[in-house]
Amino acid sequence: MVSSVTNLGRSGVYDWMVQRVSAYVLALYTIFLLGFVLTTDISYDTWSGLFGETWFRIFSLMALVAMGAHAWVGLWTVTTDYIKPTAPRFLVQAACGAVMFVYVVWGVQILWGL
Amino acid sequence: MLVSLYRYNPETDNAPYMQDIELDIPKGKDLMVLDILNLLKEKDPSIAYRRSCREGVCGSDGMNMNGKNGLGCITPMSEVVKHDKLVLRPLPGLPVIRDLVVDMSIFYKQYESIQPYLINDEPAPAIERLQSPEDREKLDGLYECILCACCSTACPSFWWNPDKFVGPAGLLQAYRFLADTRDTAQAERLSNLDDPFSVFRCRGIMNCVSVCPKGLNPTRAIGHIRNLLLQRAT
Repeated sequence: MVSSVTNLGRSGVYDWMVQRVSAYVLALYTIFLLGFVLTTDISYDTWSGLFGETWFRIFSLMALVAMGAHAWVGLWTVTTDYIKPTAPRFLVQAACGAVMFVYVVWGVQILWGL
Repeated sequence: MLVSLYRYNPETDNAPYMQDIELDIPKGKDLMVLDILNLLKEKDPSIAYRRSCREGVCGSDGMNMNGKNGLGCITPMSEVVKHDKLVLRPLPGLPVIRDLVVDMSIFYKQYESIQPYLINDEPAPAIERLQSPEDREKLDGLYECILCACCSTACPSFWWNPDKFVGPAGLLQAYRFLADTRDTAQAERLSNLDDPFSVFRCRGIMNCVSVCPKGLNPTRAIGHIRNLLLQRAT
């Protein structure tokens, strides 16, 4: 048993599940957006119309949170692979965490125009 | 044929180097790589490598042959030699003691961590703990591992975190005991594996499956362990 405090869920199976579930959300969102772009004549009106829908704002926020969690698990894995000294690794992880937090809060502001 | 051999003697060399040796191979014979090493050792007795049973049972002569891990004794020249050249290196990722001999301590430490023995706290029956033929079949493809370390040393996750990731060989054995109906410690075994490193560092690239000289499938065993952990977690 290896103890770890910096990963997302403290347990391997939890991180694994978060990674899989968030991957499905991101895949669905990407496929939907691609489908929308390919089948709709994109203009300011259609685009702002789409983002004006509450269900799409919720879907977008869900994708954004999924991206944050997905990126956290992924980058945590990368940093523990390649950055062996504790202090630099912790700093890089903290920076990644800060960036993801900013993206999520910023995303809320953009989506709801707060 | 040209053999390029990894040489390192910490007592005399500052750094490892590759030694190129021309070798005449007896015509019409498909020698095993271990035979080639034996021929080389006749020329230069200072060459060091491990070998014992010379028939793929003991797992001593795991090495990297033209870029792929395997057992020298059961790998024929015809399978690995390309353009009349054979490059022999020690198993990757482990500290080299001398030439092709590596220090396998960390590999054994990971093996030890999964408690590779039957745990059963019920009173022992008079003769033996019986198992149905169907239950016994569940151990096929698991118990045959000879711990040659070809798989674990072909695994990048094990290279980066040999102290934290159990590695394919250890996890194959972990599942061997998880799948054993006579074992009563399944819950403790799973608790011991439920961290982000021990099992979940496996990224499923299946290098272990491609190099296993016994044709075993550690990736599948790791998948089974993951399923057991998921089922238990609710």
